[in-house]
Amino acid sequence: MKVLVPVKRVVDYNVKIRVKADNSGVELANVKMSMNPFDEIAVEEAVRLKEAGKADEVIAVSVGPAQAQDVLRTALAMGADRAILITVDGTTEPLTVAKLLKGVATEEEAGLVILGKQAIDDDANQTGQMLSALLGWSQGTFASEVELGDGSAKVTREVDGGLQAIEIKLPAVVTADLRLNEPRYASLPNIMKAKKKPLDQKTPADYGVTVENRLNVLRVEEPAQREAGIKVASPAELIEKLKNEAGVI
Amino acid sequence: MAILLFAEHDNATLSDQTAKALTAASQIGGDVDILIAGKDASAAADAAAKLAGVRKVLLAESDALAERLAEASAALIVSLAGDYDTILAPATTTGKNVLPRVAALLDVMQVSEVIEVVSADTFKRPIYAGNAIEVVQATDATKVLTVRTAGFAAAAEGGSAAVSSVDAPAEGSDLSSFVQNILSESDRPELNSAKIIVSGGRALGSEEKFQEVITPLADKLGAAIGASRAAVDAGYAANDLQVGQTGKVVAPDLYIACGISGAIQHLAGMKDSKIIVAINTDADAPIFQVADYGIVGDLFEIVPELERQL
Repeated sequence: MKVLVPVKRVVDYNVKIRVKADNSGVELANVKMSMNPFDEIAVEEAVRLKEAGKADEVIAVSVGPAQAQDVLRTALAMGADRAILITVDGTTEPLTVAKLLKGVATEEEAGLVILGKQAIDDDANQTGQMLSALLGWSQGTFASEVELGDGSAKVTREVDGGLQAIEIKLPAVVTADLRLNEPRYASLPNIMKAKKKPLDQKTPADYGVTVENRLNVLRVEEPAQREAGIKVASPAELIEKLKNEAGVI
Repeated sequence: MAILLFAEHDNATLSDQTAKALTAASQIGGDVDILIAGKDASAAADAAAKLAGVRKVLLAESDALAERLAEASAALIVSLAGDYDTILAPATTTGKNVLPRVAALLDVMQVSEVIEVVSADTFKRPIYAGNAIEVVQATDATKVLTVRTAGFAAAAEGGSAAVSSVDAPAEGSDLSSFVQNILSESDRPELNSAKIIVSGGRALGSEEKFQEVITPLADKLGAAIGASRAAVDAGYAANDLQVGQTGKVVAPDLYIACGISGAIQHLAGMKDSKIIVAINTDADAPIFQVADYGIVGDLFEIVPELERQL
């Protein structure tokens, strides 16, 4: 079985982003970019499936600018076998990405797609569900555990009140939550080897998809800032303030 | 123009997240119908019918809908979509699971985690863990939205809408099946609806200490318990207690952060709380920049003392 792992190039987790002065977006020039952390977890899960003999090939795919090659090389260094870059400049919405991934999943006859539950830039949490819908497959979102069976998979999902276990028919789309696994660091020899692994370049036209945005971003604003309050000296003073000043207890 | 609200419920009871999403729906404007997808869910449907401002309640029941799995739920919503301009749900794990599937089947781009309704087609939503707010206009004929309920008050009761049954299509129901729920048993208020939250961080040091220090204060205040990602990763608290960008987003009247430094991902989950209290040994911890009241000191002394004096 082939496992497809879509990965997204995003602003690094540790970067404190800034809204542009003209409110047209977020400052991305000269900002460190990395693989979306949830996608790293997805790559790790796919590589583990291969190591356990449950997957034959792991294919990493990214939709983005030419520089998204970097995150694909990271996926290859972690253990993916080959990579596909669908080059698109500018913002691509989850619906467009899902249409492109459908093209790849169909062409590759993938049996499983694993991707992060959300990207930490747009925080949309949509692409996996949309891809599953377009393919007519089942979906196991926010997964904290995946057990592959014969023709089906048991997925434990992180839900609001705890955990939910479901059985999904294969082929399926699984989205990775934070605690599915701990991704490995790529070793230097594997980083070197990754440079020689195949990376195909494609365009949206190869999959018959037109890139169009359905949401007009009118402005991007700074969030309302909270003012720092006061320091109190003792629990007694705190209780007094909470009772008489804030009125919350 | 009409709006379909996909309700959050557990068949027996209606979640107050539904009432909060109803407020967002009312701000968009138009007739609002509530869809209860479930099994033996007439109690939830009756509760929805009592909310003020509801035109009617649609009740769809089948085995496949009992736990509102994505495939069957999405097929149901799509079968009803022709009558509506806007389809929305609270951004719970169920809403977030189901609605993007609906959006893709309708060839619509979803607007996720709406925090403010600007107009019927324009919404504010947080990006980058809430470090920026995007104002977006949806251009699709049908709007599909999830609503971050922390920003909306619950709609009041006082309605008396009719409940009518709708057929649940068989589509999608063979793709997935429910195995079991492993839900945290607790008499405490839910994190999402609690008025007071006591939250613990990595400084607690162990699961035992977390229980020993945080629980009595939460009990005294009738509060829900939350945790930072660091505390959850270290195994001090259960996954579903995590507050932050990738956990729950909460906005209680009072949020007491004990031994939490205040990483931006955590702040994203609680900075809309009405009053924030921070207890931390490090006077420079970022949590103090958002806290209304801070105490610099050892939480192992201060938190029990606070509990005793309350």
